[in-house]
Amino acid sequence: MKTDFILAAIDAVNSAILSHEADIEGLDRDIGDGDHYINIKRGCAAAAAMRPELENLTPDAALQKIGMKVLSSIGGASGPLVASFFLEMAKAIKLKEPVSLADHAALFATGVAGIQHRGKAQVGEKTMMDVLIPVSALFTQLASTHAELDADLLNAIKAEAEKGMLATRDMLATKGRAAGLGERAIGHIDPGAKSCQVMIHAVCDMLLGQAH
Amino acid sequence: MKKFMNQPDTMLTESLQGFAAAHADLVTLHLEPNYLVRAKKAQNKVAVISGGGSGHEPLHSGLLGYGMLDAVCPGFVFTSPSPDQMLAAAEAVECGKGVLFIVKNYAGDVMNFEMAAEMLSCESATVLTSDDVAVENSTYTTGRRGVAGTVIVEKVVGSLAETGADLATCKALGDRVNRRTASMGVALTSCTVPAAGKPTFELGEQELEMGVGIHGEPGRRREAMRPADDIVADLVKAILHDLAPAAGSEILLLVNGFAATPLMELYLLYNSAARLLQSHGLIISRSLVGNYTTALDMAGASITVCLLDDEIKQHWDSPVHTAALRWGM
Repeated sequence: MKTDFILAAIDAVNSAILSHEADIEGLDRDIGDGDHYINIKRGCAAAAAMRPELENLTPDAALQKIGMKVLSSIGGASGPLVASFFLEMAKAIKLKEPVSLADHAALFATGVAGIQHRGKAQVGEKTMMDVLIPVSALFTQLASTHAELDADLLNAIKAEAEKGMLATRDMLATKGRAAGLGERAIGHIDPGAKSCQVMIHAVCDMLLGQAH
Repeated sequence: MKKFMNQPDTMLTESLQGFAAAHADLVTLHLEPNYLVRAKKAQNKVAVISGGGSGHEPLHSGLLGYGMLDAVCPGFVFTSPSPDQMLAAAEAVECGKGVLFIVKNYAGDVMNFEMAAEMLSCESATVLTSDDVAVENSTYTTGRRGVAGTVIVEKVVGSLAETGADLATCKALGDRVNRRTASMGVALTSCTVPAAGKPTFELGEQELEMGVGIHGEPGRRREAMRPADDIVADLVKAILHDLAPAAGSEILLLVNGFAATPLMELYLLYNSAARLLQSHGLIISRSLVGNYTTALDMAGASITVCLLDDEIKQHWDSPVHTAALRWGM
């Protein structure tokens, strides 16, 4: 993974989040407390604004800086969760630079495991993990049968993210703010799952654009 | 939305600056990262630090000072503060006896304080407050929310820390007060997060939200509006079910406003709750009525009962000098 890729992905995520303001905010108003979109937007903007100081850094140093920055700028529950994704990947890259597609899938899985360690949520609890865990599992599986990040693989990942996000609609929340709602959260998509899906789609679309 | 503000982005900073200027004798403000400390640093005691999203004023900044908190970390509106704020605050007030974090049980607060504690070089412990009985089922692994009962925990632990008690003793008392405290809230209107600009939820003219949290996150049931005695009966019933106090127990009764309910109504609620609790054989030996753990501009209130014992009563009564609570000095 190159620092250039990290910076381009951050930009793609930042603009995708901005263009999904209405749907993410609406979902948070349904079952959250109205701050999720604002926090994610603040974190993305802070990370995107770091470009000048990140450009000449090694990937692990860049990920570490991004992690600490989102930790201090997002706040809320999303701050430590998103930060753990970057901080754990930074540690992993330092130990072993990813080369193959399988290495990259393993790296993503490490980031996801970092979030899971911090938030302790499993699949089925109506959180961002309902998108991240299946996507990570599929990525690992596809990396063993694909030679590169081709359109087939990227579209499969996008579909999996979408499926995971939609699946939160019928779930009873047992983690996060929506847990206090009990059965009333059923019928509403989890806003954290939605913003994760938006971010994954943004990075996949960026890579699809590059492939063409 | 109609609010006194210049821009949503600068609202918190301007408010903190106003608070610090108005109470310059009590507190000192640091910006970026945002935290407040006592104007005169305390020595030779456990540093008691709290914090959470802004919008709950006077919690926690108003409880900073002698007999209560040593430092507070205000997050953005309804958003947990971040670990860098907690670390900077801890470094500013720690004086060799360790740091006690008092944290309301909300996922964001818990995770951020947890990361701060992991990064901190001095000894630390955490009291997690979880007095809100509205989230009643323990199968919800996030557990109960920490709400207005936090004020009682902060007062009692703050007093103990002032005596020079060690970290473990302070944590143990904090946990005990939390176990003996139960709250439940009700909302008549939603609040409006300034940056969002729209009410977090809609409540009809004839509706109320029972068991609401302090962020305007909807409660557990939406019900028809009805007389105050009926509403209070439901709140008190849930609290008594949780605490199961023996007849003759001494209690502290806190009626807390969410900011947009006048004191006249809060005292009416107190009157109603007090009569009901007394009819259950409870002795109300301490009380507090007012806006202590608010939810921006939400109309509504919560009722909190703390089961007293001699030690808790002694530390509740001890001198305190903060912007929001002051007695004995």
